[in-house]
Amino acid sequence: MKQNQKASGQFWANNSQLLIPLIAILLLVIFNLFRDPSFFSVGITTNNNGDPVLQGNLIAILNGASELVILSMGMTLVTAASGGQDISVGALAAIAGSVFVKVLKSGGAISPLTVIGGFVMCCLVAMLFGAFNGSLVSIFNIQPMIATLILFTCGRSIAYWINGGATPTVSSPIISAIGSFIPGIPIPTPILIVILMAVLFALLFRFTTLGLYIQTVGINQGAARLNGINSVGIKLLSFVLLGACCAVAGVISVSRLSLINHETLLINIEMDAILAVAIGGNSLGGGKFRMLGSVIGAYAIQALTITLYAMKVPSTDVKAYKAVVIIILVVIGSPVVKEAFDRFRKNLRGSRPVHTGKEAS
Amino acid sequence: MEQDIVLTMRGICKSFPGVKALNDVDFTLRKGTIHALMGENGAGKSTLIKVLTGIYPMDAGEIRIDGTEGAISIRSPQEAQSYGISTVYQEITLCPNLTVAENMFIGRTRARTVDWKGMEKRAGELLDSLGIPARPRQQLGSCSLAVQQMVAIARAVDTDCKVLILDEPTSSLDDNEVEMLFKLMRDLKARGVGIIFVTHFLEQVYEVSDQITVLRNGELVGQFDVEALPQVKLVELMIGKDIADLAVIKKNAPCETQEVLYEAEGLSSSESRPFDFHIAKGEVNGFTGLLGSGRSESVRAIFGADPVTGGQVRVNGKKVRIQKPLDAMKNGIGYLPEDRKRDGIIADLSVRENIILALQVIKGMNHPFSRAKAEAFADEYIKALEIKTASTETPIKSLSGGNQQKVILARWLLTHPQYLILDEPTRGIDVGTKTEIQKLVLKLAEEGMSVTFISSEIEEMLRTCSRLIVMRDRNIVGELTGGELTQEHVMRTIAGGGN
Amino acid sequence: MNKQDNIQTVRRREPITDTQLLLTITICIFVSMYVLAMLIWGGGFRKPQMLFDMLNDNAFLIIISCGLTIVMITGSIDISVGGVTALVAMVGVMILNGNLGLFNGLIASLGLGEQWRIVFALLMALLIGLAFGLVQGYLIACLQIQPFIITLAGMFFARGMITIISVDPQKAPQELMDILQNRIEIAWLGSPNKKGVMIPARMEIGVIVALAVVFLVYFLLRRTQLGRGFYAVGGNQQSALMLGVNVRKTRFLAHLLCGLLSGIAGFVFMMHTGAGNATNATAAEMNAIASSIIGGTLLTGGVGNVIGTLFGVLTLSTIKSIVTTSGLRDPWWQSITTGAMLCFFIVLQSVVLMRRAKNKEKK
Repeated sequence: MKQNQKASGQFWANNSQLLIPLIAILLLVIFNLFRDPSFFSVGITTNNNGDPVLQGNLIAILNGASELVILSMGMTLVTAASGGQDISVGALAAIAGSVFVKVLKSGGAISPLTVIGGFVMCCLVAMLFGAFNGSLVSIFNIQPMIATLILFTCGRSIAYWINGGATPTVSSPIISAIGSFIPGIPIPTPILIVILMAVLFALLFRFTTLGLYIQTVGINQGAARLNGINSVGIKLLSFVLLGACCAVAGVISVSRLSLINHETLLINIEMDAILAVAIGGNSLGGGKFRMLGSVIGAYAIQALTITLYAMKVPSTDVKAYKAVVIIILVVIGSPVVKEAFDRFRKNLRGSRPVHTGKEAS
Repeated sequence: MEQDIVLTMRGICKSFPGVKALNDVDFTLRKGTIHALMGENGAGKSTLIKVLTGIYPMDAGEIRIDGTEGAISIRSPQEAQSYGISTVYQEITLCPNLTVAENMFIGRTRARTVDWKGMEKRAGELLDSLGIPARPRQQLGSCSLAVQQMVAIARAVDTDCKVLILDEPTSSLDDNEVEMLFKLMRDLKARGVGIIFVTHFLEQVYEVSDQITVLRNGELVGQFDVEALPQVKLVELMIGKDIADLAVIKKNAPCETQEVLYEAEGLSSSESRPFDFHIAKGEVNGFTGLLGSGRSESVRAIFGADPVTGGQVRVNGKKVRIQKPLDAMKNGIGYLPEDRKRDGIIADLSVRENIILALQVIKGMNHPFSRAKAEAFADEYIKALEIKTASTETPIKSLSGGNQQKVILARWLLTHPQYLILDEPTRGIDVGTKTEIQKLVLKLAEEGMSVTFISSEIEEMLRTCSRLIVMRDRNIVGELTGGELTQEHVMRTIAGGGN
Repeated sequence: MNKQDNIQTVRRREPITDTQLLLTITICIFVSMYVLAMLIWGGGFRKPQMLFDMLNDNAFLIIISCGLTIVMITGSIDISVGGVTALVAMVGVMILNGNLGLFNGLIASLGLGEQWRIVFALLMALLIGLAFGLVQGYLIACLQIQPFIITLAGMFFARGMITIISVDPQKAPQELMDILQNRIEIAWLGSPNKKGVMIPARMEIGVIVALAVVFLVYFLLRRTQLGRGFYAVGGNQQSALMLGVNVRKTRFLAHLLCGLLSGIAGFVFMMHTGAGNATNATAAEMNAIASSIIGGTLLTGGVGNVIGTLFGVLTLSTIKSIVTTSGLRDPWWQSITTGAMLCFFIVLQSVVLMRRAKNKEKK
């Protein structure tokens, strides 16, 4: 039994950082079940094309969070490697979306080939901008937030510029297949893309040592160097990967609406992405990371938003409630409160007259 | 004579879990003297200083200071300051972005506004009177380290200080700067300040000090007048003879006949002066010298840890370029750094990740070890080196110092290097583990690995190395082999050949 | 003798601090840019009113930038300032136009005149600003939570509250706005209009407030122990503690001041626009950060100057004016040039400071 206890303790010691986002989701689930037991019911309806598709709040959460989840994956890497955050992801997604639309518009009829071409092109552009951010951070030693402030300021205008001052629409069955449903598959495509990205990152961590390197650089840059790791390159790479994530998020977002609006596309998402990383229990100061934590954090944010919508809170007011939840979460997770809690637990244990002394020795 | 005494410490004891850091230590400081506190690492110097400045509470003993009746208790650095005990630490604890004058006066007044003119005038007078070459309005960060150190001293002196503690003030200064600092110390001495001077540099001790207190393994060896203690004798007192550890180990045989594995000519880095060096296959040699003699900087140059600025390197007779650590690693060189916390461990990562790190980097980014394989490696070395850890997944920061060191050692052994550099592998480690590491070094050499070993303990070096390269003041001053490898001979070479 | 000489040469060199160096660079670039604009595009740039217009439009930005400069000097950040400004403006306008029932009752029961609404609006502005500063400062300084997250939540809260209070845009009544929008006319700085009639230069009250804030913050940072404490904490928190600075209190006060200044900025914003709107002061926090950076404040802390911040705001708006007058009329050019300018300043600062650090090592 003691062995068992130890094992479960070990498990929670390894996964304690997932505790807060999981608790957040759990609380939301319980709250919703009490409020409206049918909240989580998933139904099948028929969409405009006559295909059966899944519908319900659960699907709305999973679907709506797609861009945020993808961006928070990339943000986790940047945070871990550089100890700072990229605040230009929304602007970068807008740039990527514009490039995507530009390529689609220039090729005449929209065919699968132009869509692929557009995606490759916007990926390249976004990665290039990512490399720009990354080189400012790694070579010039500028704090990530300041370095990315540049693109934050002018990124959306660059997007506007690319499309020559218009907000063009792109309507095509292929685009709507990316943005909503592929005919015959009842699951929204963005969810599938998230799964694909998760698999890609899993493969990346499985078949390269990137995860180990990023954490090593983030924890102790000097020691990383003495072990032969190129820390400049690793930081740069993390920004380039985030650029790719921005491209994917941008394409999803454009496809949802079948148009590009540089002003509103994924507006303020950088804040949510950083929040997802923090709620996921990752230190914003860099170092050790769990991408799973950020992903759960992102879904928790979206679940909160959808819950508030379901409670008829106007979309513009959601931010205020979100802020309160964030404050509560970070206060619980703050070092001072944690320490006080640990002391409290230790006192509790100390007061029990069990043979703790012997166990210690 | 009695009223000259400004500070008395009697029977000071301080224990940490598992270590008796200070055992019944006495210390007396006279007015207007410079008193050197000497001892190798772990001797208890810094603990004694920290007890005196209120950072650690003492377990037993009493402290008396001139001007206060009876024994005093010091609970914080601020309280120490109120008794007139000021400390200038090795790392400068000033704000580099503020001006010199501000650094001297900030946090000391209760006034709400800043009187720049008055402050700069007072600062200027103080700097002038102490002969410190800084302007009050200059930004502190633009001064050299020596001047920054002096500003810290000026601040300390201005707060009516009776006892000034200088903790390793000269370790990052060049000769001219050291000279300036000494002039300042002599001035202060003339004003009646008692100075405690902690340093590793023997010459400097003999240049400025009046008295010397030697500590070893947390015990007082003795208090001496400088004239009464020749340099060789001092080294002997500091290093002592390690009687606790008498396990017999077979010594590495000298191997002049064997082929040379690594050879460097005129190798220099941003931190070290040019030097020549070579090591044969299966040889164990060592760099010796006191801390700051350049022994660590030399091996760092071999590994490419500091930017290499010149020199030619041959490995197995082939000319190679070693510019950065990865180059060295690819040539089969491993390096266990001196500062385990800063340069060695990746604190938050697990034991497994820490062990496989170096081999993983050599193998390349696209060829990660499977989890099973990594665990197998980790388990193998946890067993082989008897690393005490809860599991392979425990974060390395929760291990004890000795076990952390074994993990780093495992990291390099796993890469199966031809040549392993161990800089202070036994520092801060219990005696049992020390012997284990020494035995391991000899076993590795028998299997054909070359090892360069650095330690502050000469005894340990003598037991493992067949050749010793002696350094003093950043230059190689001797190379000892065979019959020359006796404690006395080594100490004499370190101390500078004098008697 | 030789040594004495050595000391003398060291002491003769003019000392210049990082703060002064970056400030000088900013002022030089602003002045040369403005002079260049006067020479090339003439017209508007030669009229003093151009400068006053910049000040009129950006008075609130100057105030929040001052607050941010303080926070950034301590090595922290506050991104709630724009939200707080907008919230304060919204609340203020609604007190003025009587859409906040609470204050109508209060004013009626006290039997005060309509003009007293302005006083209440000002009081609420200060109160809201202080409340934000208090809570954020406590959470950041005492609970040691990352400032970015806390002030991000602050921004969300403020922006959310605006729409909770009123989804519809609000407008202040004209008769009260007439009092608030009293302008100061400076005849001798006037310029003739197209018909040749001299129009005196006009300056809003908000500009006086903004300049007063700049002066007060300058005094605070330069002349008080608290102000120097901000620099010390930003330079090296550990050292500041060893030097006897109360780090926790200092950090708390920095955030408190920043909150208060955002409140004042909100009131000034209301005086300028007379409108409450959910999109008010959008991205003001980033503009303020950009202004501080251009003005020579480092996000790493310990270096910065509020005079530089003033010039930072002016530089940003000069760039915008230049872009519009130079014929690049497409809407994207403004922010693209701003971004390019920001990039230039950031890289320049980084290079200057890195070279300085290297030089010091060599010495």
